[in-house]
Amino acid sequence: MKSILVLYAHPAPRHSTANKQMIAAAQSLNDVTFVDLYARYPRFKIEIDKEQEQLLAHDIIIFQFPLMWYSTPSILKEWQDLVLEYGFAYGEGGKALAGKCLMPVVTVGGPEHAYQDEGYNKHSLQTFLTPLEQTANLCSMRYLPPLALFASLRASNDGRLDDHSTAYSHLLTALRDETFDYEAAQNQPLLNIEELPILEGVQ
Amino acid sequence: MSGLLFQAFVYLCAAVIAVPIAKRLGLGSVLGYLIAGIVIGPVIGLVGSETQDIQHFAEFGVVMMLFLVGLELEPKALWDMRNRLLGLGGLQVGATATIIGTIAYLLGVQWQSAIAVGLVFALSSTAIVLQTLNEKGLMKSDGGQSSFSVLLFQDIAVIPMLALIPLLAIKELVDHMHHDDHGGSGGHGAEMSLIEGLAGWQVAGVTVLAVVAVVVGGHYLSRPLFRFIAGAKLREVFTAAALLLVVGIALLMMLVGLSPALGTFLAGVVLANSEFRHELESDIDPFKGLLLGLFFITVGAGINFGYLFEQFGLVIGLTVGLMAIKAAVLFCLALVFKLKGADKWLFTLGLAQAGEFGFVLLSFTVQNGVISGELSQLLLLVVALSMLLTPALFIGYERLLLPKLTQDQEREADEISEQGTVIIAGIGRFGQVVNRMLLGNGYKTVVLDLSTEAVDRVGRFGVKTFFGDASRPDLLHAAGLEEAKMIVVAIDDEERALEIVRHARQVRPDIHIVARAKDRHSVYDMYYAGANDMIRETFDSSVRAGRSALEGLGVHPYEAEKISTAFVQQDLWGIREMAALYNPDIPVLENEPYIAKAKEVRDEMDRAMVGSTKGHKGAIDRAWMPPGRRPEEVEE
Repeated sequence: MKSILVLYAHPAPRHSTANKQMIAAAQSLNDVTFVDLYARYPRFKIEIDKEQEQLLAHDIIIFQFPLMWYSTPSILKEWQDLVLEYGFAYGEGGKALAGKCLMPVVTVGGPEHAYQDEGYNKHSLQTFLTPLEQTANLCSMRYLPPLALFASLRASNDGRLDDHSTAYSHLLTALRDETFDYEAAQNQPLLNIEELPILEGVQ
Repeated sequence: MSGLLFQAFVYLCAAVIAVPIAKRLGLGSVLGYLIAGIVIGPVIGLVGSETQDIQHFAEFGVVMMLFLVGLELEPKALWDMRNRLLGLGGLQVGATATIIGTIAYLLGVQWQSAIAVGLVFALSSTAIVLQTLNEKGLMKSDGGQSSFSVLLFQDIAVIPMLALIPLLAIKELVDHMHHDDHGGSGGHGAEMSLIEGLAGWQVAGVTVLAVVAVVVGGHYLSRPLFRFIAGAKLREVFTAAALLLVVGIALLMMLVGLSPALGTFLAGVVLANSEFRHELESDIDPFKGLLLGLFFITVGAGINFGYLFEQFGLVIGLTVGLMAIKAAVLFCLALVFKLKGADKWLFTLGLAQAGEFGFVLLSFTVQNGVISGELSQLLLLVVALSMLLTPALFIGYERLLLPKLTQDQEREADEISEQGTVIIAGIGRFGQVVNRMLLGNGYKTVVLDLSTEAVDRVGRFGVKTFFGDASRPDLLHAAGLEEAKMIVVAIDDEERALEIVRHARQVRPDIHIVARAKDRHSVYDMYYAGANDMIRETFDSSVRAGRSALEGLGVHPYEAEKISTAFVQQDLWGIREMAALYNPDIPVLENEPYIAKAKEVRDEMDRAMVGSTKGHKGAIDRAWMPPGRRPEEVEE
């Protein structure tokens, strides 16, 4: 059994469809702590001690957010700036997060083909997320491939959203119950919901 | 009656004309009063022998001054200066008395008289020196503090001197006096006394009791008493109480044979920690100023010019010689006590005169047959003349010595200058928060409040607050308006608050004023009065309440935050839109254009709040709109 912390950041919940359904899936699971950062800190007064204690109490940290200007929403950046302190998350004596996992769960407005070297965004989503990857590395955390929903604004109409939400739920369950196949996951630059890296037959 | 009024008219007239002129010429008020006295006395002859009686009365100004000095001096500060007090003061009195006494003896004065002369001339003028130091802002300097220590010691030393002088009586003089004067000096014997006819140990006991009464009473009784009096909310009664306090203590001290100046000084020290300090200060201060002024006038008026011209060489020689000796002693002490630069010279020149206690002691010595009448007349003239010359020495110090000395002292001066403070007017619910935030971040505050309950309440939590009406200019000045960096007007009485803002702005065009405002109109009024920041007292909390209400109704906290931010911006926009039409001289309800604009602004704000982009702004919907959508599509 692993404990999971979902740090969710969406600055305009009233405009959200995809994330709204996904968080419902996450919130329905036992042993998953779900935090809406914008609700907890509407005035950005992040409580560092509280956040650090919460990190210590969990094994797997998930950043769930809509990609905004190729990056995280501002409160999630603020959270990183304040909570991942020297001496706590990195640097001398900063081993509090060592061995824990970090996984981004991202909704993306643009279609997948836009996030190619030849696409209009010129770079892959993994490339845009390298700051998170390196942040995990510096904190001696294991960086897990992102779970991404492209063309998220159309996902509901296309009928993709239900599958995606279900896959998100399976993924969280597998991480929690330690049936997640970390080795197989290394071969997927972005998690493929058709072939989720989950160990079969392990209970 | 008309005689009394005529006298008052003459004295006031002289003061009102001479003092501003003297100040304008940079001579200081003391010299102004002295000159005024010379003019109405010896020159025009409007006042005559009655100046003697007035002088005794006016000496009470010194008593008041020492009370005020005591108020400024907390007991701890007094204890800290004990070395200077005893060392500097003791050596100054001892050395000066010895040297001058010896010289007098060598000049052929009888030894008893010589000792008395030494004692009389060892004293300096508390009135002139403290008044001048205060006026020039030199009181807090090293030289000022040293001078004060010496003056305080001298005031204490007067008591044993008064005890010693009768023992020096010269038989022939006493006989001569009794022969010549039948009960003329009976006034003295008729004075009330608590210790007459008591044995030595009883006198000591009564004296100690009186001092203990002042200290204990000042500490425990004054507070409930002043609170009770302040509760009447009549200003003149509080003033009367302050006067009663000073007069009462002075009387008590005289009854037990102590110096009244010393007693009130002690009372001042005891009350230095009281929340009524600034109020007492501003109540007593005008009386002190007038009485001291009167005292200086009588000194000027009392100079016997006839005798002076007769004995011109002798009088001038003695005066200059006296001041030279006193200055030499002081200079040596300054070296021993390591006073530097300007402070050394301030100390040396400032205390080189003889003082008002000299008059008292001289008449006392004559009464006791220690000094002959002729000698005393000469000496009185020397005392008066040396006092007359003192302001000149201060001017010399300021104009000639200081410019040279400050060049290399500039840096040091910067360090000792007192830190700018924040005055907080009102320590109710509003001022408390401000005060705590400032104190918590290391800023010094001076807090004033009109309500004794408020002063009490916060006092219990360790917040030092002074009782008083902050809209009174004198109290604001006592609280340090001249040096303060900022004033926070946190009282809820709008009229008074406006007065404070106007006055502060007028006196200090550069001060930062944060003002509590009631509503939008009072924001405008405060702005016209000169405030920098106008904070509506309930606006922010109302906005927060609205935000909490939205959250409670299920609106996402971050949405609620955005809504309240937008509301605040809308409101500020409205205030700015209407500001141009507001006129403090026209009542709002008669200001037609203003009312029209107010309606327009309110409609606009209402539209904006429901999210219509046709209104001022759809500030809330605009934020984080997903790509492909526009704000107007949101309303479905």
